[in-house]
Amino acid sequence: MNSLAARRRHPAAIAILLMLGLFLTGAVYAVVAPKDADATTQALPAQSIEEGRQLFLANCASCHGQNAEGRATGHGDRIAGPALAGVGAAAVDFQVGTGRMPLSGPMVQAPGGQPKFSQPQIDSMAAYIASLAPGPAVPSEEAVDPALGNAAKGGELFRVNCAMCHNAAGAGGALTRGKYAPAIRDISGRHIYQAMVTGPQSMPVFSDANLSPESKRDIISYLTTIDQQEKPGGMALGSLGPVTEGLFAWVFGLGILVACAVWLGSKSA
Amino acid sequence: MNEQDTTHPGSEVAPPSEHGTAVRLDQGHVVGDGGLPERFTNPGLPAHVARMADLDESAARRAEKQVATLFGISILGTLAFIVCYFAISLETTIFVPGIGETSASNFALGVTMALGLLGIGFGAVHWAKTLMPDEEVVEERHPMRASDESRQQVVETLKEGGASSQITRRPMIKYTLGGALGLFALPLVLQVAGSLGPMPQKSNSKTFWNGGPSGPGQDPTFKPLRLMRDPENTPIKAEDVTIGSVFHVMPEGLLPDPVTGTGGTPNLLEEKAKAAVLLMRLDENIIKSQKQRDWGYDGIVAYSKICTHVGCPVGLYEQQTHHLLCPCHQSTFDVTQDAKVIFGPAKRALPQLQITVDGEGYLVSAAPFHEAVGPSFWERGR
Repeated sequence: MNSLAARRRHPAAIAILLMLGLFLTGAVYAVVAPKDADATTQALPAQSIEEGRQLFLANCASCHGQNAEGRATGHGDRIAGPALAGVGAAAVDFQVGTGRMPLSGPMVQAPGGQPKFSQPQIDSMAAYIASLAPGPAVPSEEAVDPALGNAAKGGELFRVNCAMCHNAAGAGGALTRGKYAPAIRDISGRHIYQAMVTGPQSMPVFSDANLSPESKRDIISYLTTIDQQEKPGGMALGSLGPVTEGLFAWVFGLGILVACAVWLGSKSA
Repeated sequence: MNEQDTTHPGSEVAPPSEHGTAVRLDQGHVVGDGGLPERFTNPGLPAHVARMADLDESAARRAEKQVATLFGISILGTLAFIVCYFAISLETTIFVPGIGETSASNFALGVTMALGLLGIGFGAVHWAKTLMPDEEVVEERHPMRASDESRQQVVETLKEGGASSQITRRPMIKYTLGGALGLFALPLVLQVAGSLGPMPQKSNSKTFWNGGPSGPGQDPTFKPLRLMRDPENTPIKAEDVTIGSVFHVMPEGLLPDPVTGTGGTPNLLEEKAKAAVLLMRLDENIIKSQKQRDWGYDGIVAYSKICTHVGCPVGLYEQQTHHLLCPCHQSTFDVTQDAKVIFGPAKRALPQLQITVDGEGYLVSAAPFHEAVGPSFWERGR
């Protein structure tokens, strides 16, 4: 204890103390932070409209209404959840399959995460919503097979139609008022296709009349290609371009130069 | 007047301490009487503090070894660089913690070259800091002025040279040389000014939607042009544009054929940069501007994609809030209010393109842009 007290004026003491404080804060937060409630209901794997309706009533109706007609919050024109007739099976498969729905609370945008339901349960809910009114269906395996697409053409389409929000390398980006375009790296082709065809949340709809199904497959092929390509330079710094690269150069490049200057100027013992 | 005022440069070093060359830092403290002296005496340079290597030969030998080790590291690094250059295949990748999967050759060459350079640098600095003399000395500045004789001599030499070249006696040489040197500046100015290209004239106020190529000196006459998808270059039917959709549009005849790459307009990039248009469909009831409704078609509206701030493409359309966000400086335009600026540095709304449908149901332009698209420029007036 004495030796510790004697070293409290050591130049590294404040840095070590800061690191220790940050580490402790993080550790305490990890223990105390609220966990997501687990609302999974273990249901039979029967894929039926009735099964889907039961799941919908149990998990979605509080916001979307008993008959998926949507519900208002009573505060101006704000809604608790939109009407779901006509959104199609693709929208359900995307929103629930990427963990965006059910939403854990009111927020500007539903974040993706671990899906809360098994695939047969999602299929049942999709079948129920699709039975209300016609809408986009879940795409076939062939429609989303990256091997069948043309990655070069997909890249051209991606840069015109998608890159302004999602970044040329699919790293995502900011929108207005806390909303954001999520990163779309390592996302399954099925979910990419469904997002284009249904336009989840802030994203516009890219219907088959806008981007043909072949063009959509080309885009999936492009995204798969950049997921798999090698990075000869190592750390890509999030593929975010000059902001992260500049910050890296300022912090580490200048930091090393400053450290060298301090060492050069210090007197030798 | 005390003694310090009469000192001249070089004598300011403190007198040597009675303990020899080594001085303890906590010695020499004078207890004051609380009052301020009339003048502060010049303290001079601080006394030299001897280093370990100055006093102890074994410490000096240790420092010598450390410097030699650093130079040795540099030698090994350079040799390793040469070996790695030939030994490691360019295709090999390795996983490096903190960097990730990266090219083995790049990594090895970088690390070995860093060792080679830093070894020399750190060794030299360590040598200077431990072994080279570190006593501070003051050197007096010598007078810079040359002697009067040499100054006179230079003037004479110049005069003599001028006279023997006969430039004063032969005016033809003098004037032609002056003219040649003066004119020689012109080509330098000319190629800078000439390579700026033609003046923009009215081309900043015109786009391809005026009816065709709109470069400097070109004055297209208006004709309705179909709205074409970028980059597929296919026309758009009004029924294709569903609510919530966004189409990236170029005028008919601008883009080359996407398969063969032929056709299209000359000066493709300049024309594209002015003509880019964003096409959206909104529920007509939420459009607040009558002009916007009239210039659109059943809620389908077309706006210039070029930001009125500094000309970035405003492509980030949020289909729920109908906000158009410019990614460069966060200017935000509200499409329900005729693309009015609701946030950010842009000052003007995005110009709307008046559209209608032709006989076959394809969307066409009904008029060119009513104002210059994009950022302000000198002749624009505002």
